[in-house]
Amino acid sequence: MTDYFVLAISCIFVNNILLAQFLGNCPFLGTSKKMETATGMSMAVVFVLVLAGLITWVTNNFLLKPLNIEYLRTLSFILVIASLVQFVEMFLKKSIPALYAGLGIFLPLITTNCAVMGACLINIKEDYTFVQAAVASFSYAVGFGLALVLFAGLRERINIARVPQPLQDTSLGLVTAGMIALSFYAFKGMV
Amino acid sequence: MAQSIAKEFTKGLWAELPPFRLVLGLCPVLAVTQSVENGIGMGLATTFVLICSNFLVSLLRTVIPAKVRIACYIVIIATFVTIVELLMQAFTYELFLKLGIFIPLIVVNCIVLGRAEAFAGKNPPHLAIADGLGMGVGFTLSLGALGAVRESLGAGTILGNPVFGPDFQPFTFMVQAPGAFVCLGLMLCMMNLIGKK
Repeated sequence: MTDYFVLAISCIFVNNILLAQFLGNCPFLGTSKKMETATGMSMAVVFVLVLAGLITWVTNNFLLKPLNIEYLRTLSFILVIASLVQFVEMFLKKSIPALYAGLGIFLPLITTNCAVMGACLINIKEDYTFVQAAVASFSYAVGFGLALVLFAGLRERINIARVPQPLQDTSLGLVTAGMIALSFYAFKGMV
Repeated sequence: MAQSIAKEFTKGLWAELPPFRLVLGLCPVLAVTQSVENGIGMGLATTFVLICSNFLVSLLRTVIPAKVRIACYIVIIATFVTIVELLMQAFTYELFLKLGIFIPLIVVNCIVLGRAEAFAGKNPPHLAIADGLGMGVGFTLSLGALGAVRESLGAGTILGNPVFGPDFQPFTFMVQAPGAFVCLGLMLCMMNLIGKK
């Protein structure tokens, strides 16, 4: 049990997927201008990343490994993720329209979110068991959401301030992200 | 015709320089630029995928139905990424290990899919190749430049050769995660300053 707890902490803080592994930076900068879009994106990522992490784990261990075609991993993972996203979108639209209204526009964007694909590849690379992969996927997604929401909050404030012109927008956004990364860096000694 | 090829090529070098102007494909930009070598290796791998996928997408643009085009593009891109992965594993194994999961992640690099969707899907093959080459070279140069800044300040070397003499205290912040964000942000600021004049 403690092992899983340590794994979760390490995935959320120490190896934060956005700030330490540099995965999913496009949506990080793209959807962080408003708090609303940031929370929407985070929830969509939590939802899809957990499912994708589990399904790609199964694909890898029960399909690619026995058939000895692991060189097709990249191709098969992206197909699995793309069809999963499509499926989730259709499912939500039919059965839970309220949730779909909230997540709707973010779902298609997730296919090309490298946080999802990256986390799946890390799960395989670290040789996690099924349960470990589940815990790690969920924690990575929580870490993504935490960093994104923190960042969006800061950015909303900065937008009110007067900033020198060349630094505006993305430029200052990146420097701010650096500062947040620095604070997450402090967790490095923990695990 | 030669003129329009040149135009598509050069726009990737400054006017639409991928990581800075379009702010796309930031993950590899931040993650692999601890050194010049890694940056350029990653840039070349991406360039190869960009040119090949742009060419094929453009050739097939009349065949692919509009509704499933994104899925088709992704399959085309993933095929070339797999080729690059296997080639690098065979010929540049050390670099392959250093770049790690960022090679398979070229699949989800927004630049590649972005160019397929925004340019190659609507233009003839020769222009698509010029566009892919321009974007790729621009991307490689940006990665190289960022790598040079970070490696020289963070480790005191460029391509492994010391540049500041023996008394230099490496500014390790630059090669670590937070330094990547700050460094890219400041470079973007400088680009904006120069671009305005």
